[in-house]
Amino acid sequence: MMNLIIYLVVIAVAAWVMRFVGQKVTGNAPKFRDMTYGVAFGYLLAVALIAWLAWGYVQARSDDPLVANKFFFLKAAIEGFVIFAVAAWLFKLAGKTIGTEWSKKMFRSMPLTAAFGVLVIIIYIIVAVFAQWIAPYGQDEIIQGAAANITAGGNIALGGDPAYPLGTDQIGRDILSRLIYGAQNTVGIAFVTTALAFLLGGTLGFLAAVFGGWLDQLLSRLVDVLMAIPSLIFALLLMTIASVWSATLGIPLTVFMVLIIALIDSTRVFRLARAVGQNIVVMDYIEAAKLRGEGMGYLVFKEILPNATAPLLAEFGLRFCFVFLMIAALSFLGVGIQPPLADWGTMVRDLAGFISYAQFAPQASVTPLLAAGAIALLTVAVNFVVDWMLHKSSGLKE
Amino acid sequence: MGNVLTIILQRLALGVLTLLIVSIVIFVAVNLLPGDFAQLILGQGATEESVNSIRRDLGLDQPMVARYLTWLGGMLTGDLGSSFAQLNFATNMGGANTVTVLDQILPRLGNTMFLAGVTAVIAVPIAVTLGVLAALYRNTIFDRVANIATLSSISSPEFFMAYVLILVLAVINPIFPSLSNIYDGMALSDRLEKTMLPALTLTLVVTAHMMRMTRASIINLLASPYIEMARLKGMSPMRVIVKHALPNALAPIINVVALNLAYLITGVVVVEVVFVYPGIGQLFVDSVKIRDIPVVQACCLIFAAAYILLNLTADIMSILSNPRLRHPK
Repeated sequence: MMNLIIYLVVIAVAAWVMRFVGQKVTGNAPKFRDMTYGVAFGYLLAVALIAWLAWGYVQARSDDPLVANKFFFLKAAIEGFVIFAVAAWLFKLAGKTIGTEWSKKMFRSMPLTAAFGVLVIIIYIIVAVFAQWIAPYGQDEIIQGAAANITAGGNIALGGDPAYPLGTDQIGRDILSRLIYGAQNTVGIAFVTTALAFLLGGTLGFLAAVFGGWLDQLLSRLVDVLMAIPSLIFALLLMTIASVWSATLGIPLTVFMVLIIALIDSTRVFRLARAVGQNIVVMDYIEAAKLRGEGMGYLVFKEILPNATAPLLAEFGLRFCFVFLMIAALSFLGVGIQPPLADWGTMVRDLAGFISYAQFAPQASVTPLLAAGAIALLTVAVNFVVDWMLHKSSGLKE
Repeated sequence: MGNVLTIILQRLALGVLTLLIVSIVIFVAVNLLPGDFAQLILGQGATEESVNSIRRDLGLDQPMVARYLTWLGGMLTGDLGSSFAQLNFATNMGGANTVTVLDQILPRLGNTMFLAGVTAVIAVPIAVTLGVLAALYRNTIFDRVANIATLSSISSPEFFMAYVLILVLAVINPIFPSLSNIYDGMALSDRLEKTMLPALTLTLVVTAHMMRMTRASIINLLASPYIEMARLKGMSPMRVIVKHALPNALAPIINVVALNLAYLITGVVVVEVVFVYPGIGQLFVDSVKIRDIPVVQACCLIFAAAYILLNLTADIMSILSNPRLRHPK
């Protein structure tokens, strides 16, 4: 604590000195003349932070294992950050030079964060689709001859095994394979759930917008009530009931989970679809189509849907994130995707205990963070892309 | 002022009505269970007589509307029924050893309030300050970094944040304990120390959201003519924001704070489980797992009530802080 105060005082003094020297050396250049003290302090704080990161990175390479272990995760984070930044930059560069005129233009206007998002999403899709071929072992395969709790890293001296690069879990299943299958299960189920929510919420929302009147009132008030209950809480309540049903009927709990989350999320989709639909319904071309005598199906699918695609697509990305996070949370709490299906939320819960070994054996404690990180990486990536799409479509410059 | 009072009373009435309908939804949802509580408690091998006797004890032989009214009446008078968990129905239904739902919920509700309070005390000042700074230095490198950082922390799951914090602040640098075993009669400083990690986790998630909204609402205001006027008369950017923009941005900011506190209600569930914090969220998840229906029902209603109440507060606050709504033409 004392150290921290001393560092802050040093930075504060250095900031003042920097501004003063800057003003003298550059002969009162506007940049230094108009610099407020807060900004100078901010610059110095950032420099100190970067210097600390660099120092930590060097420490992580130290020979003393106790010191190195302490900075192991910092090193991993820095390396991960740099690798992803470079990969995103290369990806953007490739997109700018290869492809059609349209895609080249899109990549040129894309910020680096969005390029990172697109790249990560593509990787996840590939892993999820080809999981069977990529994964070295089955998702629920307890490997004969392999010990349980092999640590990650493949270093035999530290309790690893090169055959299982990320180690094995508490009953001897390969963690790498489970992570890869987790992409298929978690992402796949979340995708299906979101699609269902859109089908339900979108259809009802458009119908409410087109018909209006009592149907609109009924559906809207129903949605208001359902939205008054926090979604995770409501999902947990319904899952309790579903768990009894699934035992009675013999239908897997996962099916109930998909239906429950789709129902809860469709209320949010309904709101948007109704709002967008209402804006479109008052247009002249809808009036014209009605006068032509077109049926309801034509109106919804040929006139309203194509004009509502852009906002619905951005919403799809956001809703996917929410659904994905909710499934992960439910699985983490133990009532979501059920074993033997491999899934990231469950893996985090099962492996969480290993975190306490971080001080002495960091390799042993990475696995729960890998599963949790896999979830975080995808949602962050989708959010970056959606942020960029919203920014682009709203035409905001600030 | 009479006008505002009418609006607020209307909102309050609407809130109560919503809560009432929500209670019906929760009640009906629980009654979708196959069979009934009696069979659920006793399991497959129960005899007809014991099932019937419990059914009588719980009042399950009455029609649904009557049961709903009894349940609602109990809720209002603080009698939430008895928990299934530590209940041996054959011997002491209604006896001295019955654990009531209220006994289980009440101490934990206090703990959760404490956690939410600590989080709010840390998060709100940080979020508003950072939001103002980001608006002040918008489109600089500071703003970009803040944007990326907040977007990342909003979109990561709470348990990821929680485990990263455990790793950094509890395991590698043992500053705070990673288990929050709170009990009654603890010294406040001890209690605060044990609450710190869950509170920090929630802070990370909530701050990001509040900060983005604060930034957006201030930037919105900066386009107004009176801000340009203030700038043209030579005020420093910081003074323009603190004296002119912030008071007018107060309504949306208060709104955001209330909405995020409402968000805390759900965020608390996962975080309490990670840190084994004895709050209502953990009780809820445990009850879900052992299908302790009365507790689940009661927790659900409490969460919903808090959620509706906070949303209502946000609504009323934004009416009170907006002169245009206070004095309608």
